[in-house]
Amino acid sequence: MSITSKNPTRRTFGKIAAGMAVTIGGAALGGCSTGGGKPSPDTPLRIMAINHVWSQAIRKHLPEFEERIGRRVSMSLLTSDQLANSYNVKLNASATDIDVMMVRALQEQLLFAHNGWLADLTGLVEGDAAYNWADFLQAPRERSVTARKVLSVPVVTERPVLYYRKDLVKAPATLDELMETALRLADRQRNFFGYVGRGQRSGAVTMWSSFLYSFGGAFTLQGRSGIGRPEAITAYEYYGRLLERAGPPGATNMSLEQAMPIFAQGKAAFYVDADAIYTNFLDPKISTVQDTVGFAPFPAGPAGARPFNIPSWSLGISAFSRLRDEAWQFLRWATSPEMVRRLQAGGIPGARQSAWSDPATLASFPADLARSMQAQARTGVGLDRPDVLQVGRARDIIGRPLVAGILGQPVGPVAREADAEFADFLIRDNRHREA
Amino acid sequence: MSATRTAPPISRAADRGRPRSFEQANRRLKWTMLAPALAFVGLMIVFPLAFTLNLSLTDAFGAVNAGKGYVGPQNFADALTDSRRFWPAVERTALFTVGAVLIETVLGLALAMLMRKPFRGIRWVRTVLVIPLLTTPVAVGILWLLILDPTNGIANHLLSSVGIPPQEFLGSVTQSLPILMLIDVWQWTPMMTLLLLAGLSTLPEEPEEAAHVDGAGLWQRFRYVVLPMLVPTLATAVVLRSIDALKTFDILYATKGPGGGSSFEVETLNVYAYGLTFDYQEYGLASAVLVLFTLAIIGVVALLRRRPGRGSA
Repeated sequence: MSITSKNPTRRTFGKIAAGMAVTIGGAALGGCSTGGGKPSPDTPLRIMAINHVWSQAIRKHLPEFEERIGRRVSMSLLTSDQLANSYNVKLNASATDIDVMMVRALQEQLLFAHNGWLADLTGLVEGDAAYNWADFLQAPRERSVTARKVLSVPVVTERPVLYYRKDLVKAPATLDELMETALRLADRQRNFFGYVGRGQRSGAVTMWSSFLYSFGGAFTLQGRSGIGRPEAITAYEYYGRLLERAGPPGATNMSLEQAMPIFAQGKAAFYVDADAIYTNFLDPKISTVQDTVGFAPFPAGPAGARPFNIPSWSLGISAFSRLRDEAWQFLRWATSPEMVRRLQAGGIPGARQSAWSDPATLASFPADLARSMQAQARTGVGLDRPDVLQVGRARDIIGRPLVAGILGQPVGPVAREADAEFADFLIRDNRHREA
Repeated sequence: MSATRTAPPISRAADRGRPRSFEQANRRLKWTMLAPALAFVGLMIVFPLAFTLNLSLTDAFGAVNAGKGYVGPQNFADALTDSRRFWPAVERTALFTVGAVLIETVLGLALAMLMRKPFRGIRWVRTVLVIPLLTTPVAVGILWLLILDPTNGIANHLLSSVGIPPQEFLGSVTQSLPILMLIDVWQWTPMMTLLLLAGLSTLPEEPEEAAHVDGAGLWQRFRYVVLPMLVPTLATAVVLRSIDALKTFDILYATKGPGGGSSFEVETLNVYAYGLTFDYQEYGLASAVLVLFTLAIIGVVALLRRRPGRGSA
């Protein structure tokens, strides 16, 4: 009897194991099945956003939008690196769990268009009279278009501001004056710097672009590299000297996160960075310069004052989204004339001319900042980085002479080498574009 | 056995039946039981390796499934002839790994020898020693970034109080790599210490006692008795630590960002491959670099494993 009972036990165990395998497999297949078909009413509209003042502001208004469309909205706030990496991973896998994408029109849009990752919004923005697409500032609006298609809608715009200590100096009108004053005020022995700014190879390129333009230079001219030309080399040398002689130690490792606190702690006379970050200097919890910070337009160089005026962040819709209608409803609501005016009144520089022309919304900004922003919104250059597919690599090439200048090395040879490399790069980038 | 042979026919038949049945059941069952593990290995290890190998032969750019063409060994040729980014990254990887592991081994062995015999407070020392091991590398990177901030960091504050001028530390193009090696040493020396301590605890005491009786001094006992006996453990610890050091990424990226800094000053192969993928979207070249890196690691392991073998012989 014992012998007889053992055999069935072994066979039974085998069957149980096989059954478990089938069950596990079935569960896996069941999991896959949710990927197909129409999304259920419980599926939230998923927004991937940068952790930024605009996102934080719009999030407070989400309940009214949820009520409007009758669907929950899920918004993820990430750093720009995390956001870029998430897009890279998810969209490479054609993931359907991203609906609205916050993108940098100047950094990613060309590549995303090349990959086919952004939905075409042309008919939607142009076909809706109440939306009034023509109301968007011209420069940011132009950057929303790739290959004659509107692929994004700008939500935040940026211009460089010269933040300065109005208790120590008056705002310099020219770059020469800026340099002279910064050098005069710098006292490194006492940990005081005439100038603070971004110094990282790739990261500093955007802020440096205003210096480049104001010296009469450009990243490219008729599709050819412009960074080896005399005007560009002068701009490199100027920026390098400014940080090398008047800047804090370790400038080449400084991004926004390192540079901004130095000015906020009252340790620098001048700081050039985006106007969108101005609230950091008015916050008593993190700033000692609330009463002494001044806001001035970017100084003029030999070619005049030529600051950038760009859409720092825009909204797009993923080509893989299965909630495109709801995603468009979100874009339409979030960037409507009313909402942009409302957000701008809360201190967020938007992209609609009507908001910029409204004295009521401008009143939320400090007066000198409002004047600076308004002027530069009209005259600014619509690019702060090269207009190429592979912006990351381009910035790494262009940033090398910048770093050389900041380190006090001769700029000319490095710039010429970078120029040759950039020229080769442009040829390859064009080939990729045509592919 | 003889008893079994003389058993009645019924018993004999039953015996013959049982082994055959068990073997058959076991043969079927083992594959059933192995299936989940095999599926896991296939899905998580074999497939990614094959996918990477396949990508490394393409000119994939922008998206991994972009309309890509096969270019054979072109990516490998591009990588191996790149004297601007690839080979400097190889040099930095080697320098970082050899430097950090060497210091960790020496310090780890010294600490292990000190902690070999019990002393008052040893438990506290062990606890403190283990803390760096438990911290997240990214957190370590950020912590040291704050401590070593050129303008606001406490390190420069302390140095100035003893008259040393401010240092750029991680903000410096020349100081960054050595400092990151020291951070790695700070974090991982305890691992070497624990491994070597475990090795020391397994050594027999008799040879050392005999040497002591014969008049050998402290250094002589260490050099000629303890160290030779410890070589197998030492080799294993060095191999393990070297592999991890070669793959270091977190503290480099957390402190220096993309490209390993403004002059690529701490860009190792891992950081470079990461940048090719996430910053440049050059998937073919990135995969080729990773394949080369994997081969390099395998080579290093093989090299390190051969030495103790010769030693044993």
